[in-house]
Amino acid sequence: MSAIEGLETAHHHHEVEHEHHHEEQNFWQKYIFCEDHKVIAKQYLITGILWAVIGISMSVIFRIQLGLPDSNLSWLKPVLGGWISDSGKLDPNFYLALVTMHGTIMVFFVLTAGLSGTFSNFLIPLQIGARDMASGFMNMLSYWFFFLASVIMFVSLFLQAGPAAGGWVIYPPLSALPQAHPGSGMGMTLWLVSMALFIVSQLLGGINYITTVINLRTRGMSFDRLPLTIWSFLITAVLGLISFPVLLSSVLLLIFDRHFGTSFYLSDIYINGEALPNVGGSPILFQHLFWFLGHPEVYIVLLPGLGITSEVIATNARKPIFGYRAMIASMLGIAFLAFIVWAHHMFVTGMNPFLGSVFMFLTLIIAVPSAVKGFNYITTLWKGNIVFTPGMLFSIGLVSLFVSGGLTGIILGNSALDIQLHDTYFVVAHFHLVMGAASAFGLFAGVYHWFPKMFGRMMNTTLGQIHFWFTFVGIYLIFIPMHYVGIAGFPRRYYQFTSYDFTHKFMDMNMFISVAAIFSFLAQFIFLWNFFYSIFKGKRAPQNPWRSNTLEWTAPIVPGHGNWDGEIPAVYRWSYDYSKPGAKEDFIPQNIPYSQTLESNLPHENELISTEKVIESQNFNDQFKSSH
Amino acid sequence: MESVHQYKVDKEPQETLAMDPMKFILWLFLVSIIMLFASQTSAYLVRRAEGNWLEFEMPKIFWYSTVVLLLSSIAMQWAYFSAKKDQFKQLKIAISITFVLGLVFLAMQFEGWKQLVSMNVYFVGNPSGSFFYVFTGLHGFHIISGLIVLFFSWMAAFRLNVHAKNLRKIQICVTYWHFLDILWLYLFVFLLTFN
Repeated sequence: MSAIEGLETAHHHHEVEHEHHHEEQNFWQKYIFCEDHKVIAKQYLITGILWAVIGISMSVIFRIQLGLPDSNLSWLKPVLGGWISDSGKLDPNFYLALVTMHGTIMVFFVLTAGLSGTFSNFLIPLQIGARDMASGFMNMLSYWFFFLASVIMFVSLFLQAGPAAGGWVIYPPLSALPQAHPGSGMGMTLWLVSMALFIVSQLLGGINYITTVINLRTRGMSFDRLPLTIWSFLITAVLGLISFPVLLSSVLLLIFDRHFGTSFYLSDIYINGEALPNVGGSPILFQHLFWFLGHPEVYIVLLPGLGITSEVIATNARKPIFGYRAMIASMLGIAFLAFIVWAHHMFVTGMNPFLGSVFMFLTLIIAVPSAVKGFNYITTLWKGNIVFTPGMLFSIGLVSLFVSGGLTGIILGNSALDIQLHDTYFVVAHFHLVMGAASAFGLFAGVYHWFPKMFGRMMNTTLGQIHFWFTFVGIYLIFIPMHYVGIAGFPRRYYQFTSYDFTHKFMDMNMFISVAAIFSFLAQFIFLWNFFYSIFKGKRAPQNPWRSNTLEWTAPIVPGHGNWDGEIPAVYRWSYDYSKPGAKEDFIPQNIPYSQTLESNLPHENELISTEKVIESQNFNDQFKSSH
Repeated sequence: MESVHQYKVDKEPQETLAMDPMKFILWLFLVSIIMLFASQTSAYLVRRAEGNWLEFEMPKIFWYSTVVLLLSSIAMQWAYFSAKKDQFKQLKIAISITFVLGLVFLAMQFEGWKQLVSMNVYFVGNPSGSFFYVFTGLHGFHIISGLIVLFFSWMAAFRLNVHAKNLRKIQICVTYWHFLDILWLYLFVFLLTFN
């Protein structure tokens, strides 16, 4: 606050209105109902980590059931109670609930809220040079709506009839009729309420991200100087803004069907020989609406990870990102295509084959921008002075998973091949690699890379590297064999495979997958210990631990509310000036003017020196008018 | 909110692309509403193409309610022009008319539902009728939210807080109200065309 005194000239008369910013905040304002984007980001991160522990634990339980069907699960009785039978068997209905909740939790609560919520909130204001989000209040609301959604979803796990069990895609009639499954009663109701609140949370957050990126950039931060992280968060938020209302729409009609007796999705259904009154509905309609969200959701999950990777790879390869504009264009291309490929999830719904071929064509086009991204990451790494920090390892791991998972996407995108592979473990392996594990690697990369900025301390590098190798090897050991199981015809969501002839010879492979899953699960505790220990006891972080160019490293090591003590730095160059020929250091931060780096300027950059005066004379675009 | 507003009033050179964040947020909010109704109407078309579709004639009262909503939009615009010229008396009249017409519109929509019921078109039944109730109901829900926004502007107007130098609140209100009007026109024409 003291550093800013001298700057308050023209703005001085506004100080009275802003007096409330300077009041001491109590515990509730500071840590609970906080409007500071950094605290909200940490709230999202911790909530996301807790959900990840629950979600991944669930997958381990059903992997034990699948791979080791004869095992005695009595030791889980203290946690699962009545869901384990007296002979130590997992209840088949609860198996379905586990699969459903694993999907819901991982896709929405961990990789959407935990990833986007954490890094969009944390990095957008810090990297574009803003004091906070456009509306701190809406941002706070966004988290608390998410929290409420989390509580309701969590409560549904403890219902006597079990949580929702119709798969995370909640297709009717399974999800619409309470008679369909014990979990389709109250469990499904709570699922729908929770998701409706979740959608509100995502819209509040997303609207804020877009507004902040477009309106609150600092002096000189033009769109072609934005770090790729910010581009990816912006595009992610736009995807969410357009697709989440459609999910709300489909959920709304489902609620009407369930509770008011309408027939949007239900028709000609007989239960115990008696016809239900519902006539004229179409379950396929739900799938259309759901996948219009569902497909963009895949990119909502993945794009932030790709953005984080771009930043981490360029920083730690000490090279400018290869094809900055191509990266933006490919993200825009992926985002656009995301909206016109949804029916590739529905090839086997009896769709007109011609329509199927159109969607197949559009789907395969996604390979083009994805390949551009893959090539650009690899060419950025090419001949770089690579520093293998844990964040960098996870970023390279993401590229590997993105490529190997993406290749099977080309197979699944073919409507003819999909007839064989639809709803098999091949699909499960594909999307876990390309969307699940890749995004999770993005999340890990982000946490390792920005941990010093979040908590002012460093995480243990060796433990991080061990965590990476165990996870990376573990993920491939799980999912590569899973492709084979899928081609052999194992269907998804089956309780056990012991009673079919064709599955017998794959039982050891299934067991291998389960053992690898347990191994990878245990490896995550290395991360958890490293994370929570380092928050309190980690080494103190230096100002710029990775020698990075972006603006967040110019803020104090532990920034207060308002981020910069003095005025917000102006921006004169893009964020990828690493190892520039002629420069003294191998990085030049974005706030260094060209006039100070004459030795390394290219001819066209020397011409930009004359514009620096203009940039400096622009107003601060400072929403608080001062720091705090 | 206040700090952003103060920023608007400053006589300073504008930073590149610094629109009023609050208005920008409103526009993004409208985008999400557009997507909500776009998905509803496309669901309607997809379902309609499958056949087994009950056809019925839209009750006349929806024509009248459309006129009422259009009139309220005109009154809203009048209120805005009055606020710009600091004509407080006209502002108060215009904004009150808008509010009352909004309430009348809601009442007429409800009356329309009653007439549908008397025509044996129910919410529970053929999806063609269900969709009609969902469209009008969802739009009515947004009209209620619009009336709440309008109510705050109305209070501000009566406290003389809306004037040529403090237009932000009423600008947001005007944009939202016109949007709800255009949204209804879309739904109305849509329901007429694809019944």
